[in-house]
Amino acid sequence: MKATAKTKALCALFAGVMLSATSVTYMQTVKAEEGLPSGISKVMVKPATDDGPLDEIFSGWHFRSKETKNLQKDDFENPGYLWVEQGEELWSAVDGAKDKSCKSCHDDPAKSMKGVGANMPKWDAKLKRPLTLEQRINTCRTKGMEAKEWKWESSQMLSMTAFIRNLSRGMPMNVQADGPMKPWVEKGKNIYYTRVGQLNMSCSNCHEDNYGKYIRADHLSQGQSNGFPTYRLKWQKLGSLHRRFKGCMKNIRSTPYKVGSDEFVALEIYLAQRGKGLQIETPAVRN
Amino acid sequence: MAKSKPRVKAPKKASKGDIVTIKTLISHIMETGLRKNKKTGKIIPRQIINKFQAKFEGTEIFSVDLDPAISANPFFQFSMKAEKSGEFEFIWTDDNGDVYSKKSKLTVS
Repeated sequence: MKATAKTKALCALFAGVMLSATSVTYMQTVKAEEGLPSGISKVMVKPATDDGPLDEIFSGWHFRSKETKNLQKDDFENPGYLWVEQGEELWSAVDGAKDKSCKSCHDDPAKSMKGVGANMPKWDAKLKRPLTLEQRINTCRTKGMEAKEWKWESSQMLSMTAFIRNLSRGMPMNVQADGPMKPWVEKGKNIYYTRVGQLNMSCSNCHEDNYGKYIRADHLSQGQSNGFPTYRLKWQKLGSLHRRFKGCMKNIRSTPYKVGSDEFVALEIYLAQRGKGLQIETPAVRN
Repeated sequence: MAKSKPRVKAPKKASKGDIVTIKTLISHIMETGLRKNKKTGKIIPRQIINKFQAKFEGTEIFSVDLDPAISANPFFQFSMKAEKSGEFEFIWTDDNGDVYSKKSKLTVS
Protein backbone atom coordinates (compact mmCIF):
# COMPACT_ATOMS: atom_id res chain seq x y z
CA MET A 1 0.00 0.00 0.00
CA LYS A 2 2.68 2.42 1.13
CA ALA A 3 4.85 1.59 -1.86
CA THR A 4 2.03 2.23 -4.31
CA ALA A 5 1.25 5.59 -2.80
CA LYS A 6 4.92 6.51 -3.00
CA THR A 7 5.15 5.39 -6.63
CA LYS A 8 2.04 7.37 -7.45
CA ALA A 9 3.47 10.49 -5.87
CA LEU A 10 6.74 9.96 -7.72
CA CYS A 11 4.90 9.48 -11.00
CA ALA A 12 2.95 12.67 -10.45
CA LEU A 13 6.15 14.51 -9.68
CA PHE A 14 7.82 13.15 -12.81
CA ALA A 15 4.83 14.05 -14.96
CA GLY A 16 4.94 17.58 -13.61
CA VAL A 17 8.66 17.93 -14.26
CA MET A 18 8.32 16.51 -17.76
CA LEU A 19 5.45 18.81 -18.64
CA SER A 20 7.26 21.95 -17.57
CA ALA A 21 10.49 20.67 -19.12
CA THR A 22 8.87 20.26 -22.54
CA SER A 23 7.31 23.69 -22.53
CA VAL A 24 10.56 25.36 -21.50
CA THR A 25 12.51 23.55 -24.20
CA TYR A 26 9.91 24.53 -26.74
CA MET A 27 10.06 28.23 -25.90
CA GLN A 28 13.86 28.11 -25.92
CA THR A 29 14.03 26.48 -29.35
CA VAL A 30 11.51 28.98 -30.60
CA LYS A 31 13.59 31.90 -29.39
CA ALA A 32 16.80 30.48 -30.78
CA GLU A 33 15.34 29.86 -34.20
CA GLU A 34 17.01 31.93 -36.88
CA GLY A 35 15.45 34.32 -39.30
CA LEU A 36 12.77 36.95 -39.27
CA PRO A 37 9.80 37.69 -41.51
CA SER A 38 10.49 40.05 -44.38
CA GLY A 39 10.48 43.69 -43.23
CA ILE A 40 10.32 42.86 -39.51
CA SER A 41 13.04 43.45 -36.91
CA LYS A 42 11.58 41.57 -33.93
CA VAL A 43 8.82 39.06 -33.38
CA MET A 44 8.79 39.12 -29.59
CA VAL A 45 8.26 42.17 -27.39
CA LYS A 46 7.92 42.85 -23.69
CA PRO A 47 4.51 44.20 -22.68
CA ALA A 48 4.34 47.96 -22.08
CA THR A 49 2.75 47.57 -18.65
CA ASP A 50 3.24 44.99 -15.89
CA ASP A 51 -0.44 44.40 -15.18
CA GLY A 52 -1.03 42.49 -18.43
CA PRO A 53 -1.50 38.72 -18.43
CA LEU A 54 1.53 37.93 -20.63
CA ASP A 55 5.22 38.16 -19.74
CA GLU A 56 6.30 38.10 -23.35
CA ILE A 57 4.26 38.87 -26.43
CA PHE A 58 4.96 36.57 -29.37
CA SER A 59 3.90 37.06 -32.95
CA GLY A 60 2.13 34.05 -34.46
CA TRP A 61 5.22 33.70 -36.67
CA HIS A 62 7.01 32.05 -33.71
CA PHE A 63 4.75 29.07 -33.62
CA ARG A 64 4.80 28.15 -37.30
CA SER A 65 6.92 25.54 -39.04
CA LYS A 66 10.07 26.27 -41.00
CA GLU A 67 8.35 25.80 -44.35
CA THR A 68 5.59 28.27 -43.55
CA LYS A 69 8.12 30.77 -42.21
CA ASN A 70 10.14 30.55 -45.42
CA LEU A 71 7.12 31.73 -47.39
CA GLN A 72 6.97 34.88 -45.29
CA LYS A 73 10.70 35.55 -45.53
CA ASP A 74 10.51 36.35 -49.22
CA ASP A 75 7.99 38.88 -50.48
CA PHE A 76 7.88 37.22 -53.85
CA GLU A 77 7.06 33.77 -52.51
CA ASN A 78 4.48 35.19 -50.11
CA PRO A 79 1.15 34.60 -51.89
CA GLY A 80 -0.45 37.34 -49.77
CA TYR A 81 1.23 39.86 -52.04
CA LEU A 82 -1.15 38.91 -54.84
CA TRP A 83 -3.82 40.70 -52.80
CA VAL A 84 -1.56 43.59 -51.83
CA GLU A 85 -0.88 44.22 -55.52
CA GLN A 86 -4.58 44.06 -56.32
CA GLY A 87 -5.20 46.57 -53.54
CA GLU A 88 -2.67 48.91 -55.07
CA GLU A 89 -4.59 48.78 -58.36
CA LEU A 90 -7.91 49.35 -56.61
CA TRP A 91 -6.49 52.42 -54.89
CA SER A 92 -6.78 54.43 -58.11
CA ALA A 93 -9.85 52.64 -59.51
CA VAL A 94 -12.75 55.07 -59.94
CA ASP A 95 -16.09 53.85 -58.54
CA GLY A 96 -19.47 55.21 -57.45
CA ALA A 97 -21.70 58.16 -58.34
CA LYS A 98 -19.09 60.80 -57.57
CA ASP A 99 -16.52 59.31 -59.97
CA LYS A 100 -13.92 59.18 -57.25
CA SER A 101 -11.25 56.71 -56.22
CA CYS A 102 -9.35 56.43 -52.95
CA LYS A 103 -6.62 58.41 -54.68
CA SER A 104 -8.90 61.42 -55.33
CA CYS A 105 -8.90 62.31 -51.62
CA HIS A 106 -5.93 60.50 -50.11
CA ASP A 107 -3.43 60.96 -52.96
CA ASP A 108 -0.19 59.06 -52.42
CA PRO A 109 -0.94 56.05 -50.17
CA ALA A 110 2.72 55.73 -49.13
CA LYS A 111 2.35 59.09 -47.38
CA SER A 112 -1.32 59.32 -46.41
CA MET A 113 -1.77 55.71 -45.27
CA LYS A 114 1.54 55.06 -43.56
CA GLY A 115 0.86 54.06 -39.98
CA VAL A 116 -2.91 54.02 -40.41
CA GLY A 117 -3.13 50.23 -40.29
CA ALA A 118 -1.15 50.12 -37.05
CA ASN A 119 -3.68 52.30 -35.20
CA MET A 120 -6.89 50.55 -36.22
CA PRO A 121 -9.59 50.13 -34.93
CA LYS A 122 -9.88 53.85 -34.35
CA TRP A 123 -12.48 56.02 -32.62
CA ASP A 124 -14.73 57.92 -35.02
CA ALA A 125 -15.93 61.15 -33.40
CA LYS A 126 -18.79 61.66 -35.86
CA LEU A 127 -20.26 58.18 -35.55
CA LYS A 128 -19.38 57.96 -31.84
CA ARG A 129 -18.01 54.45 -32.18
CA PRO A 130 -14.74 52.76 -33.12
CA LEU A 131 -14.28 51.67 -36.71
CA THR A 132 -12.16 48.80 -37.95
CA LEU A 133 -10.18 49.25 -41.15
CA GLU A 134 -12.92 47.45 -43.08
CA GLN A 135 -15.66 49.68 -41.66
CA ARG A 136 -13.56 52.78 -42.25
CA ILE A 137 -13.11 51.83 -45.93
CA ASN A 138 -16.83 51.22 -46.34
CA THR A 139 -17.66 54.56 -44.72
CA CYS A 140 -15.39 56.20 -47.29
CA ARG A 141 -17.06 54.24 -50.06
CA THR A 142 -20.65 55.03 -49.10
CA LYS A 143 -20.21 58.64 -47.94
CA GLY A 144 -17.18 59.91 -49.84
CA MET A 145 -17.57 58.03 -53.11
CA GLU A 146 -21.28 57.14 -53.04
CA ALA A 147 -20.31 53.65 -54.12
CA LYS A 148 -21.59 50.28 -52.95
CA GLU A 149 -20.14 48.80 -49.79
CA TRP A 150 -17.69 45.99 -50.17
CA LYS A 151 -18.56 42.75 -48.43
CA TRP A 152 -16.34 41.93 -45.46
CA GLU A 153 -14.70 38.86 -46.95
CA SER A 154 -14.77 39.97 -50.62
CA SER A 155 -11.55 39.94 -52.56
CA GLN A 156 -11.69 43.73 -52.97
CA MET A 157 -12.02 44.33 -49.25
CA LEU A 158 -9.25 41.85 -48.44
CA SER A 159 -7.01 43.42 -51.07
CA MET A 160 -7.57 46.95 -49.82
CA THR A 161 -7.12 46.09 -46.12
CA ALA A 162 -4.00 44.07 -46.93
CA PHE A 163 -2.62 46.91 -49.04
CA ILE A 164 -3.21 49.55 -46.36
CA ARG A 165 -1.97 47.43 -43.47
CA ASN A 166 1.09 46.45 -45.53
CA LEU A 167 2.06 50.13 -45.75
CA SER A 168 2.50 50.02 -41.95
CA ARG A 169 4.57 46.85 -42.00
CA GLY A 170 7.27 46.88 -39.35
CA MET A 171 5.51 49.55 -37.31
CA PRO A 172 4.33 48.64 -33.79
CA MET A 173 0.64 48.05 -33.15
CA ASN A 174 -0.58 51.07 -31.25
CA VAL A 175 -4.32 51.17 -30.69
CA GLN A 176 -5.94 53.85 -28.56
CA ALA A 177 -7.26 52.18 -25.42
CA ASP A 178 -8.22 55.08 -23.18
CA GLY A 179 -10.94 57.73 -23.31
CA PRO A 180 -14.02 56.71 -25.31
CA MET A 181 -12.33 53.44 -26.32
CA LYS A 182 -12.17 52.17 -22.74
CA PRO A 183 -15.64 50.58 -22.58
CA TRP A 184 -14.88 48.79 -25.86
CA VAL A 185 -11.62 47.39 -24.51
CA GLU A 186 -13.51 46.22 -21.41
CA LYS A 187 -16.19 44.64 -23.57
CA GLY A 188 -13.53 42.86 -25.65
CA LYS A 189 -11.77 41.64 -22.53
CA ASN A 190 -15.04 40.31 -21.22
CA ILE A 191 -15.58 38.33 -24.43
CA TYR A 192 -11.98 37.09 -24.33
CA TYR A 193 -12.38 35.58 -20.87
CA THR A 194 -15.98 34.33 -21.08
CA ARG A 195 -16.43 30.61 -21.59
CA VAL A 196 -18.90 29.82 -24.36
CA GLY A 197 -20.10 26.94 -26.52
CA GLN A 198 -20.58 23.23 -26.07
CA LEU A 199 -16.91 22.81 -25.13
CA ASN A 200 -17.26 25.66 -22.64
CA MET A 201 -14.02 27.41 -23.53
CA SER A 202 -12.86 30.99 -23.69
CA CYS A 203 -10.17 32.52 -25.93
CA SER A 204 -7.81 32.54 -22.94
CA ASN A 205 -8.05 28.76 -22.37
CA CYS A 206 -6.06 28.17 -25.55
CA HIS A 207 -4.21 31.37 -26.33
CA GLU A 208 -3.19 32.42 -22.82
CA ASP A 209 -3.00 29.23 -20.77
CA ASN A 210 -1.68 26.86 -23.41
CA TYR A 211 0.14 28.72 -26.17
CA GLY A 212 3.15 26.86 -27.57
CA LYS A 213 1.52 23.47 -26.93
CA TYR A 214 0.01 21.24 -29.54
CA ILE A 215 -3.57 21.47 -30.69
CA ARG A 216 -3.91 18.48 -32.99
CA ALA A 217 -0.86 18.74 -35.26
CA ASP A 218 -0.31 22.45 -34.84
CA HIS A 219 1.11 24.72 -32.17
CA LEU A 220 -1.25 27.10 -30.43
CA SER A 221 -0.27 30.73 -30.86
CA GLN A 222 -0.96 33.59 -28.51
CA GLY A 223 -3.72 34.66 -30.86
CA GLN A 224 -2.13 37.97 -31.78
CA SER A 225 -3.64 40.03 -34.57
CA ASN A 226 -0.53 41.70 -36.03
CA GLY A 227 -0.39 39.62 -39.23
CA PHE A 228 -3.96 40.08 -40.44
CA PRO A 229 -5.29 39.89 -43.09
CA THR A 230 -3.31 36.66 -43.24
CA TYR A 231 -2.66 34.22 -46.04
CA ARG A 232 -3.68 30.96 -44.44
CA LEU A 233 -2.54 27.81 -46.23
CA LYS A 234 -5.70 25.99 -45.14
CA TRP A 235 -7.91 28.69 -46.67
CA GLN A 236 -5.69 28.92 -49.77
CA LYS A 237 -6.38 32.65 -49.73
CA LEU A 238 -6.18 35.74 -47.62
CA GLY A 239 -8.59 35.96 -44.69
CA SER A 240 -9.73 38.64 -42.28
CA LEU A 241 -9.32 38.62 -38.52
CA HIS A 242 -13.07 38.24 -38.06
CA ARG A 243 -13.05 35.14 -40.24
CA ARG A 244 -10.41 33.71 -37.90
CA PHE A 245 -12.61 34.60 -34.89
CA LYS A 246 -15.51 32.78 -36.49
CA GLY A 247 -13.37 29.70 -37.10
CA CYS A 248 -12.23 29.64 -33.48
CA MET A 249 -15.80 29.97 -32.24
CA LYS A 250 -16.96 27.12 -34.45
CA ASN A 251 -14.13 24.95 -33.14
CA ILE A 252 -15.35 25.34 -29.58
CA ARG A 253 -18.85 24.59 -30.87
CA SER A 254 -20.44 27.90 -30.14
CA THR A 255 -22.47 30.12 -32.43
CA PRO A 256 -20.10 32.68 -33.98
CA TYR A 257 -20.93 36.36 -33.97
CA LYS A 258 -21.27 37.99 -37.37
CA VAL A 259 -18.27 39.56 -39.11
CA GLY A 260 -18.25 43.28 -38.37
CA SER A 261 -20.48 42.85 -35.31
CA ASP A 262 -19.86 45.02 -32.25
CA GLU A 263 -18.70 41.94 -30.33
CA PHE A 264 -15.97 41.16 -32.87
CA VAL A 265 -14.98 44.83 -33.13
CA ALA A 266 -14.58 44.96 -29.35
CA LEU A 267 -12.56 41.75 -29.40
CA GLU A 268 -10.37 43.15 -32.19
CA ILE A 269 -9.71 46.27 -30.10
CA TYR A 270 -8.87 44.22 -27.02
CA LEU A 271 -6.50 42.00 -29.05
CA ALA A 272 -4.78 45.01 -30.57
CA GLN A 273 -4.31 46.42 -27.09
CA ARG A 274 -3.07 43.04 -25.85
CA GLY A 275 -0.47 42.86 -28.60
CA LYS A 276 0.60 46.48 -28.31
CA GLY A 277 4.16 46.91 -29.57
CA LEU A 278 4.19 43.90 -31.89
CA GLN A 279 5.17 44.81 -35.42
CA ILE A 280 2.60 44.66 -38.20
CA GLU A 281 3.40 41.72 -40.50
CA THR A 282 0.55 41.96 -43.02
CA PRO A 283 0.26 39.87 -45.10
CA ALA A 284 1.56 37.13 -42.83
CA VAL A 285 1.60 33.48 -43.88
CA ARG A 286 0.12 31.01 -41.44
CA ASN A 287 -1.03 27.42 -41.61
CA MET B 1 -9.82 36.51 -56.93
CA ALA B 2 -11.71 37.45 -60.01
CA LYS B 3 -8.96 37.52 -62.57
CA SER B 4 -5.75 35.54 -62.52
CA LYS B 5 -2.65 37.63 -62.35
CA PRO B 6 0.84 36.27 -62.93
CA ARG B 7 3.91 37.40 -61.03
CA VAL B 8 7.40 36.70 -62.33
CA LYS B 9 10.78 37.25 -60.77
CA ALA B 10 13.53 36.73 -63.32
CA PRO B 11 16.91 38.45 -63.44
CA LYS B 12 17.35 41.30 -65.91
CA LYS B 13 21.12 40.88 -66.24
CA ALA B 14 23.52 37.93 -66.03
CA SER B 15 27.07 37.00 -66.98
CA LYS B 16 27.61 34.30 -69.58
CA GLY B 17 27.52 30.83 -68.06
CA ASP B 18 25.65 31.96 -64.92
CA ILE B 19 22.90 29.79 -63.51
CA VAL B 20 19.90 32.10 -63.15
CA THR B 21 16.90 31.35 -60.94
CA ILE B 22 13.40 32.15 -62.11
CA LYS B 23 10.38 32.30 -59.80
CA THR B 24 6.77 32.49 -60.91
CA LEU B 25 3.50 32.78 -59.04
CA ILE B 26 -0.03 33.10 -60.36
CA SER B 27 -3.29 33.75 -58.55
CA HIS B 28 -5.78 31.03 -59.38
CA ILE B 29 -8.53 29.22 -57.49
CA MET B 30 -7.52 25.73 -58.78
CA GLU B 31 -11.04 24.32 -58.36
CA THR B 32 -10.61 20.54 -58.31
CA GLY B 33 -13.94 19.49 -59.81
CA LEU B 34 -14.46 17.15 -56.86
CA ARG B 35 -16.30 19.53 -54.56
CA LYS B 36 -20.06 19.95 -54.37
CA ASN B 37 -22.02 23.13 -53.94
CA LYS B 38 -23.38 22.72 -50.41
CA LYS B 39 -26.73 24.29 -51.22
CA THR B 40 -27.58 22.71 -54.57
CA GLY B 41 -25.62 19.47 -54.26
CA LYS B 42 -24.23 19.92 -57.74
CA ILE B 43 -20.59 19.38 -58.53
CA ILE B 44 -18.59 22.57 -59.00
CA PRO B 45 -16.94 22.15 -62.41
CA ARG B 46 -13.19 21.72 -62.52
CA GLN B 47 -11.23 24.83 -63.28
CA ILE B 48 -7.50 24.59 -62.89
CA ILE B 49 -4.42 25.75 -64.69
CA ASN B 50 -3.51 22.59 -66.58
CA LYS B 51 -0.24 23.64 -68.19
CA PHE B 52 2.62 25.96 -67.44
CA GLN B 53 5.33 26.67 -69.97
CA ALA B 54 8.45 28.78 -69.86
CA LYS B 55 10.12 29.71 -73.15
CA PHE B 56 13.34 31.49 -73.90
CA GLU B 57 13.58 33.00 -77.39
CA GLY B 58 10.75 30.68 -78.45
CA THR B 59 12.41 27.50 -77.19
CA GLU B 60 10.78 25.69 -74.31
CA ILE B 61 13.05 25.58 -71.26
CA PHE B 62 10.62 24.33 -68.63
CA SER B 63 7.08 22.99 -68.63
CA VAL B 64 4.66 21.41 -66.20
CA ASP B 65 1.35 19.57 -66.57
CA LEU B 66 -0.77 20.40 -63.55
CA ASP B 67 -3.40 18.17 -61.96
CA PRO B 68 -6.27 18.87 -59.54
CA ALA B 69 -4.20 18.03 -56.45
CA ILE B 70 -2.13 21.20 -56.81
CA SER B 71 -3.21 23.92 -54.41
CA ALA B 72 -4.43 27.41 -55.23
CA ASN B 73 -2.01 30.09 -56.44
CA PRO B 74 0.65 27.71 -57.86
CA PHE B 75 4.30 28.73 -57.44
CA PHE B 76 7.19 27.47 -59.58
CA GLN B 77 10.89 27.97 -59.22
CA PHE B 78 13.46 26.69 -61.71
CA SER B 79 16.86 27.62 -63.10
CA MET B 80 18.54 28.08 -66.45
CA LYS B 81 22.07 28.51 -67.70
CA ALA B 82 22.43 31.95 -69.24
CA GLU B 83 24.17 31.69 -72.62
CA LYS B 84 22.80 34.60 -74.66
CA SER B 85 20.56 37.64 -74.34
CA GLY B 86 16.90 37.14 -75.09
CA GLU B 87 13.35 37.19 -73.89
CA PHE B 88 11.53 34.87 -71.52
CA GLU B 89 7.89 34.08 -72.10
CA PHE B 90 5.81 32.44 -69.42
CA ILE B 91 2.48 30.89 -70.37
CA TRP B 92 -0.26 29.52 -68.11
CA THR B 93 -3.18 27.67 -69.73
CA ASP B 94 -6.54 27.54 -67.96
CA ASP B 95 -9.17 24.77 -68.25
CA ASN B 96 -11.65 27.31 -69.63
CA GLY B 97 -9.29 28.14 -72.49
CA ASP B 98 -7.86 31.34 -71.05
CA VAL B 99 -4.16 31.90 -71.53
CA TYR B 100 -2.20 34.16 -69.22
CA SER B 101 1.27 35.20 -70.22
CA LYS B 102 4.08 37.43 -69.12
CA LYS B 103 7.37 38.41 -70.73
CA SER B 104 10.71 39.36 -69.26
CA LYS B 105 14.03 40.34 -70.89
CA LEU B 106 17.45 39.02 -70.00
CA THR B 107 20.71 40.69 -71.03
CA VAL B 108 23.80 38.49 -70.96
CA SER B 109 27.17 40.19 -70.86
